[in-house]
Amino acid sequence: MEHQPARWSGHAGCRSVSTSTPTSVSYREALTQAMREELQRDANVFLMGEDIGLFEGSFKVTRGLLTEFGPTRIVDTPISEAGFVGLGIGAAMSGLRPVIELMTVNFSIVAMDQIVNNAAKVRYMFGGQVSVPMVIRMPGGAGHQLGAQHSHSLEAWFTHIPGLKVVCPSTPYDAKALLKTAIRDDDPVIFLESEGLYAKKGPVGGAEDLIPFGQGIIRREGTHCTIVAVSRMVWIALAAADILANEGISCEVIDPRTTRPLDLGMIATSVRRTNHCVVVDEGWPECGLAANVAAHVYEACFDWLDAPIGRVNAADVPMPYAHDLEQAALPRADDVAQAVRATLARRER
Amino acid sequence: MTESATAHDQSPVPASIDASTMRQMYAKMHLIRTFEERAAEQYMRGNIGGFLHLAIGEEAAVVGAVAALRPTDPITSTYREHGQALARGSDPNAVMAELFGRTTGLCNGRGGSMHLMDREHAFYGGYGIVGGSIPLAVGLGFAINYRHEDGVVMVMFGDGATNQGVLSESMNMAKLWHLPVIFFCLNNQYGMGTSITRAASDTELFTRAQAFDMPSRRIDGMDVMAVYSAVNDAAEYARTAHEPSMIEALAYRYRGHSMSDPDNTRPEEEKARWRARDPLITFERVVLGDAIATPEELEQLRAANVTRIDEAVSFAEGSPQVPISALADNVYTHPWNTNPRGGAVMPGADQ
Ligand SMILES: Cc1ncc(C[n+]2csc(CCOP(=O)(O)OP(=O)(O)O)c2C)c(N)n1
Ligand SMILES: [Mg+2]
Repeated sequence: MEHQPARWSGHAGCRSVSTSTPTSVSYREALTQAMREELQRDANVFLMGEDIGLFEGSFKVTRGLLTEFGPTRIVDTPISEAGFVGLGIGAAMSGLRPVIELMTVNFSIVAMDQIVNNAAKVRYMFGGQVSVPMVIRMPGGAGHQLGAQHSHSLEAWFTHIPGLKVVCPSTPYDAKALLKTAIRDDDPVIFLESEGLYAKKGPVGGAEDLIPFGQGIIRREGTHCTIVAVSRMVWIALAAADILANEGISCEVIDPRTTRPLDLGMIATSVRRTNHCVVVDEGWPECGLAANVAAHVYEACFDWLDAPIGRVNAADVPMPYAHDLEQAALPRADDVAQAVRATLARRER
Repeated sequence: MTESATAHDQSPVPASIDASTMRQMYAKMHLIRTFEERAAEQYMRGNIGGFLHLAIGEEAAVVGAVAALRPTDPITSTYREHGQALARGSDPNAVMAELFGRTTGLCNGRGGSMHLMDREHAFYGGYGIVGGSIPLAVGLGFAINYRHEDGVVMVMFGDGATNQGVLSESMNMAKLWHLPVIFFCLNNQYGMGTSITRAASDTELFTRAQAFDMPSRRIDGMDVMAVYSAVNDAAEYARTAHEPSMIEALAYRYRGHSMSDPDNTRPEEEKARWRARDPLITFERVVLGDAIATPEELEQLRAANVTRIDEAVSFAEGSPQVPISALADNVYTHPWNTNPRGGAVMPGADQ
């Protein structure tokens, strides 16, 4: 799958637009490019996080940036997440544009008070006198046997909070373009990367190829069932669509790209055509992202639905360490395919 | 900061320690070294997943501290905690099996390397969030006072964890309420790739306790006798005076942060300097010099450890995988949310 600025369909025939870099780069490198270009463009942008400078990032997303921009703009921190996230908020209130890296989403929990009580609130609470133009980047997701404390998918937590914007890119093109949009946005943006996608390659756009928040994309066109997914789950959904295509079932895969704002228009238009919907979500089922999308789709499409919406989530348990158990706890393409079959079967009863 | 630790000789053997305890301590240190080396090898073979943080180089700090406590005194630790479990007396078979993610593991394969726990040996666990286990230790100390018991809790954390706010909160409560807690900071001078000199405004970490009017000291964490003495004193103080204290043990890890860290940012000269003080070698000298054991006895003991860890690896390899049907053990979950294949499928979808 590759990029396409607006709407694009089909696996083949995707092409980069004229301003795009034709070469294929990794999701990781796409993020680095976005930060490098924004650091060059705007002197107010600075990066801060644990081991992002000398060590070049736990996942090497900030590789080379310390050498290029120096320690004033690429700041290594102590292991004090609540402290430096709060620091970022204060700096942003004074007009700087911090891009804070949390080593993983799991450590955002230590900083949740700053994110929820301060970042998300000050613009509203103080009557619009200040804004918080800050990005908090963090990789999340499971699948590497990191156990219960290091395997969170917290898309739903952040999406729950008014005052935040939440981005979940699935491709290198989107990672770069959306990170640039995030850095230029005047509100706090939670930028959720997927550990499992860092090595994924694809084309990326140029310095001014941005994607507006709230604009989803059709990753694959289809007629029988709409599958909605973000981030790494998009690839699981596409794999499921491949499996189902062999059975004569045609799936439309929609990647909303941001969960707040959410491109409900694109999802609803699709569901009104396919009359079936399955939502895939790497997080837990209760009060989850899939539950939220499903609620919106019910409200927008009740009269068009031929069957209840299917949800595919992580199992409702803390992530186990044992390999097979962890795999069993995560949404897989077979689970998605089964949910689509089940949804379609309901109509025939 | 490092010079003072490297310059002085091994500290005198504390009077309270006998020859057999010293032999046992040497044996434990070597057992941990052997275990860690074998774990690294098994990780490379793909038998162990996730993160693997080794304590090679830190054996004196771990063994000295644990040996100075009673076996019933609760301990909490970080994700770098294989040594603590082994020092406490956990079965190496069960520790290795946990790393392999098997049912016979200490936590039945649910925890892995970062989350060992052995309640039977009052080892209250390895935790993955830096600083996260510190207040738990304060809670264990609170429970000891609540029940008028005479136990002592030791929380072991890294230098990096001293920059988490929760340490200050915990120290304040421990002192305020006179809780029997030993804050044991294993200062290996790095948090991942970040040197303490770039992360702490004052690199003498023991001074943190001063703000809470809590006694504290820095000791040589490469010297097992020095660690033993310090923890022994702190435990005595906690048991008799019912007060917390802090120990900062200066040490060094000989490997990267975890198996995925190529360890190419720490200066070679620094690594060499600390390698020259290998705690196993220096303690071996003490043991031989004081005629605590003969070279042959030590050789036998080392051979026995190698056999023991060989056995642990075979045990782990031969142990059953966790059945997928056990996915939702030990957690409440709505009955409709967990199907054996994973993924929550809507109720009734399969009908
Ligand atoms: C709150 C939190 N932030 C970041 C991390 C990632 N992380 C894991 S270990 C580590 C370094 C910790 O250093 P230190 O406390 O000195 O312990 P050491 O690893 O040296 O034993 C970091 C940053 C984490 N696990 N938890
Ligand atoms: Mg350390």
